[in-house]
Amino acid sequence: MATEALGSTRNVATAIAAEIMSWNLSLKVGSAIMMAIALIGIFAPWIAPYDPFAQDFEAVLVPPELNHLFGTDNLGRDIFSRVIYGARVDLTIGVITTYVPMTYGVVLGAFCGYIGGKFDMIVMRILDVAMAFPFLVLIIVILAILGPGVQNIYISVFLVAWTMYARLARAEMLVERGKDYVLAAQVLGYPRSRIVFRHALPNVMNSSIVFSMSDFVLNILLVSGLSFLGLGIQPPIPEWGSMIAEGKEFMLQAWWVCTLPGLAIVITGTALSLIGDGLAKRLGERHHTLV
Amino acid sequence: MRILPYILARMLHAIPVLVGVTIFAFLAVKFVPGDPVRIMTHGRMSDQEVEVIYHKLGMDRPWIVQYVGFVAGAAVGDLGQSIIQNQPVSRLVAEKVWPTLSLLLISAIVSVVIALPLSLVACFYRNRLPDHVIRLGSMIGFAMPSFWIGIMLILTLGVWAKLFPISGLGHGFIDRIHHLLLPSFTIAFLLVPILVQSLRASMLDVLASEYIEVARAKGLSEWRILTKHVLRNALIPVITVLAVNISWLVSGAVVVEYVFGLPGLGSLLVRSVGYRDYPIIQGLSLVFAVIVVVVNLLADLCYGLLDARVLKE
Amino acid sequence: MVDRSHSASASLLEVEDLRVEFVSSRGTLVANRNISFSVAAGETLGIVGESGSGKSVLCRAILRLLPSPPAQQTAKRIAFLGRDLMQLSERQMQEVRGQDIGMVFQNPMTSLNPVWTVGDQISEGLRIHKGLGHSEARRAAVRLLRQVGIPSPEIRVDDYPYRWSGGMIQRAVIAMAMAGSPKLLLADEPTTALDVTIQDQILSLLMELQRATHMSLVLVSHDMGVIAETSDRLMVLYAGQIVEIGRTREIFENPAHPYTEGLLRSIPNVGDKERQLTPIRGQPPDLARLEDGCPFAPRCRHVSADCWTADLQLAEVGDGHMTACLHPERIRLSKTLVDVEQ
Repeated sequence: MATEALGSTRNVATAIAAEIMSWNLSLKVGSAIMMAIALIGIFAPWIAPYDPFAQDFEAVLVPPELNHLFGTDNLGRDIFSRVIYGARVDLTIGVITTYVPMTYGVVLGAFCGYIGGKFDMIVMRILDVAMAFPFLVLIIVILAILGPGVQNIYISVFLVAWTMYARLARAEMLVERGKDYVLAAQVLGYPRSRIVFRHALPNVMNSSIVFSMSDFVLNILLVSGLSFLGLGIQPPIPEWGSMIAEGKEFMLQAWWVCTLPGLAIVITGTALSLIGDGLAKRLGERHHTLV
Repeated sequence: MRILPYILARMLHAIPVLVGVTIFAFLAVKFVPGDPVRIMTHGRMSDQEVEVIYHKLGMDRPWIVQYVGFVAGAAVGDLGQSIIQNQPVSRLVAEKVWPTLSLLLISAIVSVVIALPLSLVACFYRNRLPDHVIRLGSMIGFAMPSFWIGIMLILTLGVWAKLFPISGLGHGFIDRIHHLLLPSFTIAFLLVPILVQSLRASMLDVLASEYIEVARAKGLSEWRILTKHVLRNALIPVITVLAVNISWLVSGAVVVEYVFGLPGLGSLLVRSVGYRDYPIIQGLSLVFAVIVVVVNLLADLCYGLLDARVLKE
Repeated sequence: MVDRSHSASASLLEVEDLRVEFVSSRGTLVANRNISFSVAAGETLGIVGESGSGKSVLCRAILRLLPSPPAQQTAKRIAFLGRDLMQLSERQMQEVRGQDIGMVFQNPMTSLNPVWTVGDQISEGLRIHKGLGHSEARRAAVRLLRQVGIPSPEIRVDDYPYRWSGGMIQRAVIAMAMAGSPKLLLADEPTTALDVTIQDQILSLLMELQRATHMSLVLVSHDMGVIAETSDRLMVLYAGQIVEIGRTREIFENPAHPYTEGLLRSIPNVGDKERQLTPIRGQPPDLARLEDGCPFAPRCRHVSADCWTADLQLAEVGDGHMTACLHPERIRLSKTLVDVEQ
């Protein structure tokens, strides 16, 4: 992608600008929206008009108006501020639950594909077993055992989410393995790990990168789903899913409490899918961006 | 005759997976930090009573023995006893399995019915505005959390428009289906985007085949080609797509059952987690995994049969 | 530039100045240019050329089957039974396809839809265009299968294509093309993908059908032998242009273009133990980067300076025999020299 020009930062900047210009529409729009959401999350303390935890019993279940753009919930907390702060929570969890398993998942899959044999067989069996359980069910079961909370969500996701990446990377490695540059490295006597990491790995990552975008969406949906069920982020921490759960009881009188955080999820998810779609086109391969 | 070894091979492949599944289900509960029985009984029993329960559950025997007992029991349908509800787990599962299966089935049907025309249109107008609109719509639909959509649908179609009942299963065949429609639409938001993308891709694949050019040379209209030739061929992989995504279907069903108050396996799971009813959790994880494995196996078999007859070129 | 190789009054098909371009981000590729020819009722016109000569594109262009974004097709006119096909709407073209003009494609294994029965595919055209009912259509399909020599057609009509061999499928494809009783059949390399023995059968079948129905046949091939056996008249394509056209016999005896000469010389002759095969040296040109002058110049044995710049036109060298070569006499000259040497 962007060439690393030694020397002036201006070269780097123009190179980056040129790269971004060459992106297709989905990629540009999706990235722009995600950028905006990320910035909103980062600068939350400066953007949010209210403290997300501050309760105001004078202003309970107020509909959207100038003072409270998204209205307030049953404890008088400003929903707009909570949604903004919620971005921090959801995005952070999304990044961690997506990219951490991706790293070791891809590595594991690449090794399996390269080495083959017993190692491959055992790992693939484990993978089959893990994939036999519906993802949400598996996470719920693990959370039931360990207890609710963010830490345990991380643990359960880390235990399970690597499987798809391993499968994708392994499939690509099986193809790469037969290519000449790999053969050349073998002839030169390079150790296996070097060949896998430095030579083959960068080339087997494409489908995993594209998939990571859908995975990000799914993980945000997962976390908000778990919080909705009471197994994830505990109140009063603002998280989009738990906000929807809290608002469920009042949905008839105060539709804004559960509708608006949901919109935040939808916008974020759509932006991520757009990036995934754009990436797939850019990387030139035919992928399934949704699962 | 070549089909038989294929069937056997697929079934053989499923066995180690099932074994692994039982191992996991069995071991899972062993990892509960603290004492599962004390947790389940909320510490309201004396040490002696807890010991009695342990002995009754057979949990003081070596693990291997317990495991064998577990698998043997599961094979004949005995999934243990729920401490809290004081009923055999298998009875609870039997009561609640039909609502879940009906939900899965109707969701699949509804999703295919919606996805088919959408993918036809996307294909007919490929790379033009309708195609892009459908693709964007798919992304938006996919990004909507099921529980949120469920709530939105309840609010709009259930409460304001009063078109559908908003919870429970109802009585009688037609009423049941009526109750299951809103939950099915909710799951459809998740499944339709996946189906449309898959259908569109396989339709485009078929469109590139030579026999399609031959059909055009016969003077058939583009619409007829799409509906009569492309559609039939592109539908074949749908079975596989649905089966592969059964995992997501079930995950969606769990949440949807909870939102709509359907008495199925999903809401049972959620409630059991709240009560820390480990035998149920254990039994359910096994049941869900078996459902997924069986569905995948059936799909493999279906595809194998079709493949032999039709797709051999 | 009208083909005067035979009288226009008996023309079934008259193509005037056809040009097909493919536009891509990498430039424009001219697949066919200056194509003008006609086909009389009941005659067989052979089109010969190597891969990339534009012969397949030509067939598709006649039926306007080329997908319009990459392909751009222009012609003064393509007259079929008096109607200009270039002026017809897509709906009207659909009426022409399958009914008035039929087409047979090269690869039988991919020409049929694997999930439809053979019979259904053969009768589909009849059901759509002539509104035949289910049983009528089936009877018609059986009849057509019998016509093309499929044994036990009443049973075979319900078969799925995967059971059939390449030769049988090609017969079925021909039956499918004949279903609408077309007056013109376009056959794009119908035997290329088949075994030699089957090739013969299929060619005989085509000739027989033509005799029986008095339809015209346009037969595309890269094999001069096939053309020699079947065609009344012959058209040689090179780099998307017509380089020679005329009666088959005449061209075989007196080729008027170096490319045709080269093609004829490269046919191995079983009885000829001494003569070495003489291939045409060089490569066909890049159709995206055609320059002025004769496209064959780089490979021609008789080339001279004016060949590189001349603007090519078809000129008559005999009765109905036309060539695009500036110096066709050189071929006759070299031929006599060879005769003398021997």
